Amino acid sequence: MKHFIEKGFKPVDSLSDPTDGHKWKLMQKLMLGLSPKEYFQQLRRNPFNWFLFMIFAVGFPVIVYRYINGLGSVMHGGFDYPWGLFLGFGLFSMVPLSASGFLLGTTVELFGHKNFKPILNLALLNGLLGYFFAVVFLLVDLGCPWRLYYPMVVSWGTAAVLFLVGWHVATYLTVQVLEVSEAFFEWIGWPTAKNYIHKGTIGLTVAGIILSTLHQGALGTLLTYAPGKVHPLWYSAEFMWIFFLCSSVFAGICMVIAVSTIIKKTMSWRCSDEFLGNLDAITIGLAKGASMALVTYFVIKLIGLIHDNQWSYLASGWGKLYMVEICFGVILPVILFSFGIRRKSVGLIRFTAFLTIAGLLMNRLNTVLITFNWNLYQEWPPLLETIISVTIFFLFVTVYRFLLYRLPILYSWKTVPAKELASVPVTEQTEQAELISVKSEHQYAKVVTPS
Amino acid sequence: MSGISRRKFLKSTVVAGGSAAAAMSSTKKAHAMKEFGGYPESMGVLVDLSRCIGCRTCEAACNKEHGLPEPEKAFDDFSVFDEVFHKGKQKRRTTEKAYTVVNRYDTKDQGAPVYRKLQCFHCSEPACLTSCFVNAYTKTKEGAVIYNADVCVGCRMCMVACPFSMPAYTYDSALHPEIIKCNFCYDSRLTKGKPPACVEACPQDALTFGHRTTLLKTAHERIKAKPTKYVDHVYGETEVGGTSWMYISNVPFDQVGFNTTLQHHPILDNTKSFLGIVPMVLGIWPAMFLGFHLLAKGGKGKTDEKSKNRVEVQGE
Repeated sequence: MKHFIEKGFKPVDSLSDPTDGHKWKLMQKLMLGLSPKEYFQQLRRNPFNWFLFMIFAVGFPVIVYRYINGLGSVMHGGFDYPWGLFLGFGLFSMVPLSASGFLLGTTVELFGHKNFKPILNLALLNGLLGYFFAVVFLLVDLGCPWRLYYPMVVSWGTAAVLFLVGWHVATYLTVQVLEVSEAFFEWIGWPTAKNYIHKGTIGLTVAGIILSTLHQGALGTLLTYAPGKVHPLWYSAEFMWIFFLCSSVFAGICMVIAVSTIIKKTMSWRCSDEFLGNLDAITIGLAKGASMALVTYFVIKLIGLIHDNQWSYLASGWGKLYMVEICFGVILPVILFSFGIRRKSVGLIRFTAFLTIAGLLMNRLNTVLITFNWNLYQEWPPLLETIISVTIFFLFVTVYRFLLYRLPILYSWKTVPAKELASVPVTEQTEQAELISVKSEHQYAKVVTPS
Repeated sequence: MSGISRRKFLKSTVVAGGSAAAAMSSTKKAHAMKEFGGYPESMGVLVDLSRCIGCRTCEAACNKEHGLPEPEKAFDDFSVFDEVFHKGKQKRRTTEKAYTVVNRYDTKDQGAPVYRKLQCFHCSEPACLTSCFVNAYTKTKEGAVIYNADVCVGCRMCMVACPFSMPAYTYDSALHPEIIKCNFCYDSRLTKGKPPACVEACPQDALTFGHRTTLLKTAHERIKAKPTKYVDHVYGETEVGGTSWMYISNVPFDQVGFNTTLQHHPILDNTKSFLGIVPMVLGIWPAMFLGFHLLAKGGKGKTDEKSKNRVEVQGE
């Protein structure tokens, strides 16, 4: 792609071709405005595509193998370890890493911090895809994936925490589809639909906060069903939900920093100047938020230790693992973030974001897999299970990249000149209206103050 | 006239009073219902570990009753007691081919080995049931915890939640994977008032079938009669809120593979504090965050719309 950009090529960023004014066809939009030959040329040239191809060439047959021979053919199939990487990584880790949507939605739409606006769409897409692929992981992991809708329609186990998780993930996925659909409608060329969705932004954002609070917490609460199996250092009957909710805050933020870092390095051609120009300042702002969440998380983890009086476990081997997790996944990031923020060192902040994500992964895998059944025996995910997990993760990366190339996530969609003409009077009117409103407010103030 | 009306009045007062009393008693019941504690008529089995000789007759009877696949080693092959798994950390356990297994424990206190039969404990408030998001489990009034494969999605939450790790899963089935566990011979025997196959087959009287409440009395009587022989504890009386299958033992329970660190209230209780905040979040968050939004915007958004209307009015 860089090759074409150097030659002066501009990828599709509006409804019609700026050179001759004709509307882009869907196929042209899908191929970013390149001719089929050029498009496949650039596909072949990118070594990352070959890397993906190799992963899928190995991974997809394994997935097919799983559906033909059952779960036992790829998982260790232990009765004491019913959950493996698919849920430990795919659900318990992907969901907190996708908290970005509701966090940035709240910041920009609800609290009105417009300086984060350039990254909002990326955060929303990150959230949507993370949840979507958590469901994909579920489809691999469930014994009867074709019954995925059962808790919605067929049989309600209303007392179960998983019931809440299922419903909330489903509803929140819908909310996120609607939120991201604005960008999609712009791209496909249905402005009416986009405007219609846009009216509901605040409602969707508030729904996002509610659903996220509850299901991020509920994922933690799921583990309170297994009090003796989860190691006491990772378990807290009272605070499990708030641990998971709080850690999802910095996880979601760090994921946005990490993804934007990769984007800046690999697909800057697709980013608008607004995005690239503001990214460093935004990253520092995000780091501030993440470090506050990290400090809070450290404090409540400490409270958890004190509350359940678990100090004695710290001396054991599991205690060392716990200390490594807290030191490298929580304390070190806080220190590095504060250095980065103070010295405005964006590079350090970006590195720390990756470190924090590693810390979160460690926490979730420790809780669900590694220390699970700590007083029984340890089970390690077998090769095929790992291959499937890696494959689905890179499928996530592929879809992510596919959408970023096309939808107006990193750049803003340029409206058609004809439409611009039509919209000019409207903007003038609103400006006038603002002026008038300012005036009338003044008058109102004048009237009020003497009385 | 007045007499009738007085009589009517009295009558209505009595009726009203009665219904009020009825209402009060029903609220009392409702309060009591917050703690379920199990069905009063629940059946159960008392296992006396001191009587078990490890003959595996119960295993064979169960296999036959449920038409389970023939095991690799026959039921009179006692070398299975030497089997250990996961680097010696686990003895035999229930699987998709065995609802129940007996294990041998060579304990310090006792010269002779002690045998323990293992199967679903049929909890009074089962964690498998309360954690299932499609209600695949039922606790019947007879005390059995039964499973319905027709609605099961296969999330295996129940296996995570079971404090005894009893449910097994047919991982190898691609099309009809299901949970496999002891069902207390619910369909074939329990509903007809008959004891489960394993109990009927036991030659040593190590398994006693009866009402759970009666069994509890029997258990305590046995302990009281021979206090030096038995450990003064009925395993399953209070563990995870009580179980239908209970054990008494002549050796400390932790030496024969029992988890003695289990909580003494239902697993469901652990989730109640979280489930309690759900309606609060649903109720409070919308107003709170919309309030934050209005504060953050400082009323700007509203004036925009208002002034727009005003312009239109002026234009007219």
